[in-house]
Amino acid sequence: MSQPVIHKVTGRGIPLPGNDIDTDRIIPARFLSRLTFAGLEEFVFADERRENIEHPFNLKRYEGASVLIVGRNFACGSSREHAPQALLHWGIRSIVGELYGEIFFSNCTAIGIPCFVAASSDVQLLMGTVTAKPETEIELDLETLTVRFAEQCMTAKMPEGPRRQFLDGTWNSTYSLLAAGEQIEQTAALLPYVTGF
Amino acid sequence: MGYNPAEEVTCKRRFGCRRREKQMAETLLDKIWRMHNVRELASGQTQLFIGLHLIHEVTSPQAFQMLHELGLKVRFPQRTFATIDHIIPTSSQARPFADRSAEEMAAALVDNCRAAGIQLFEVGSGGQGIVHVIGPELGLTQPGMTVACGDSHTSTHGALGALAFGIGTSQVKDVMATQCTAATKPKLRHVVIDGVLSKGVYAKDVVLAVIRRLGVKGGVGYAYEFGGSVVEAMSMEERMTVCNMSIEGGARVGYVNPDETTFNYLRGRRYVPQGAAFDRAVAWWETLSSDPAADYDDKVRFDGSSLQPMVTWGINPGQSIGISETIPTPDAVSEEERSSYEEALSFMSLRPNQAMAGTPIDVAFIGSCTNARLSDLRIAAGIVRGRKVAAHVRALVVPGSEAVAASAEAEGLDEVFLEAGFQWRQAGCSMCIGMNADRLNGREICASSSNRNFKGRQGSASGRTLLMSPAMVAAAAVAGEVVDVRGMLQ
Repeated sequence: MSQPVIHKVTGRGIPLPGNDIDTDRIIPARFLSRLTFAGLEEFVFADERRENIEHPFNLKRYEGASVLIVGRNFACGSSREHAPQALLHWGIRSIVGELYGEIFFSNCTAIGIPCFVAASSDVQLLMGTVTAKPETEIELDLETLTVRFAEQCMTAKMPEGPRRQFLDGTWNSTYSLLAAGEQIEQTAALLPYVTGF
Repeated sequence: MGYNPAEEVTCKRRFGCRRREKQMAETLLDKIWRMHNVRELASGQTQLFIGLHLIHEVTSPQAFQMLHELGLKVRFPQRTFATIDHIIPTSSQARPFADRSAEEMAAALVDNCRAAGIQLFEVGSGGQGIVHVIGPELGLTQPGMTVACGDSHTSTHGALGALAFGIGTSQVKDVMATQCTAATKPKLRHVVIDGVLSKGVYAKDVVLAVIRRLGVKGGVGYAYEFGGSVVEAMSMEERMTVCNMSIEGGARVGYVNPDETTFNYLRGRRYVPQGAAFDRAVAWWETLSSDPAADYDDKVRFDGSSLQPMVTWGINPGQSIGISETIPTPDAVSEEERSSYEEALSFMSLRPNQAMAGTPIDVAFIGSCTNARLSDLRIAAGIVRGRKVAAHVRALVVPGSEAVAASAEAEGLDEVFLEAGFQWRQAGCSMCIGMNADRLNGREICASSSNRNFKGRQGSASGRTLLMSPAMVAAAAVAGEVVDVRGMLQ
């Protein structure tokens, strides 16, 4: 069993300037006291949106956007999957940025959000274009690792493992892992701490 | 099934290293990765067996739900352990909790663990506490293990020579279903801290200095192996403080090679083998350290002797200075760091060239998985003994676990703190994350022994956090402002 393959993501963008934006800012901890991820979109950047009416996630012109454009070391810090889940529920289907917090990147992969890594100058160009023309259609291609918009075409990167998972429809890794069958128990049986030394 | 070093060929086959002898020196990361490698996945990633899975109430209920929807069960319930820490109140822990959503989450964890056959360390059991405090304390975390938990500070467990990393909830579900995770092997940076720490300089200062130099993103894609004379001389609890904050430098994994300090720490703990089995365990643990000839992808050196007490001035843990230094001026900040720098100064209401010493504080918090172990509390109590918390400061001590609290109380540390004007609370994550009632109000400034000075981290969107060692927090509580703790040491 597998999930949908993800070859391409297309949609409008939402720019989020700034570096080192941590997952506490994406969703503050006090909104994590709940048993499910449902409804988390309401709390995306909750504190920053309340303080800044010009926050991109407050602006009508970015409503319906599905490509988030970020700077460097985006979503560092806490491992909370609530952060990508909140973005997913809000409508984000892919992210383009310079660098990601590692656990966030893994979480995004596990829930089907491809994160593209692009050069700083390209990210700036994309942010500038989307800011000026929010209606710009962006096409992210996982086969060719390219980002196309407004007659521009720039190259991007993605670690090969997650890229293959998206292309093969195995980004939810549970079934690939289950397919190892008894090999799991066999590996465990060779570990001294499992066998009681 | 024991490990007998005399049966070397057998053992090498069991540990899968027979062909590698001599021709290939390995790091601890290499060895643990190889032994836990179930298979290579089609994606090119490794299916990695997880030896210890720790869960808590915030990042597990959704995973249990996903598992249920898939019709799957927890595959190795005996390798999974649970505690309640993030949402737990620290004033009264009697159930039901006053906060309805907290009670709901605690109840869900109890039900899920019961149904799955997972050991849960409930409040009052003596085993409850912050997940990264109780793992080592109970002897659950051991050298050579892979450890995963839905919490980024899982890197803490690397202090024991384990490969430990934080995961998200979907990966928690993977580990529940298969005891495995799909992972890419990180690169390895050898972080060597030479010299000897001077009096008043602690493990927290070391790791803050490391993050300051290597940056909050410097460790992305890397595991950090901490070594050098300073790390070798550290106690286990100090090593935990260092490894705990690896993730603040971007490194998902941080570890220290196991040695006599590690083995002595583990001896006699509840989940550690006893008697002859312990000796066999030590014999295996001794084989795990990085080989002297092993290769690293990068190596950095620090002069531990030159370090001083550190304090953060910004909104990420890399924005710190020594207590005798001043906040950098814009020209000293790289172009790349400029926007974070300006944002930090504006949020913190601080200026370039300003010293942090003398900054008034409103709250002093001694707690968290970084610095709420017995040795931390002893050091802080040593500072406050015979002194009083400044009148305008709200000060609290939140022990990392029930066992830490019990040991501290047996030594009378609670009395020392209470007499000085600190509140003495029950174990939990508390004001490190502000998911319970322990929060900053408005623009309050908190001297905190925790790990993150992110905007809003301590429960108030505009609250400000100054990270420092427990000794520095104790000193600030007494002085009512940030001070150099070295002036208060005998």
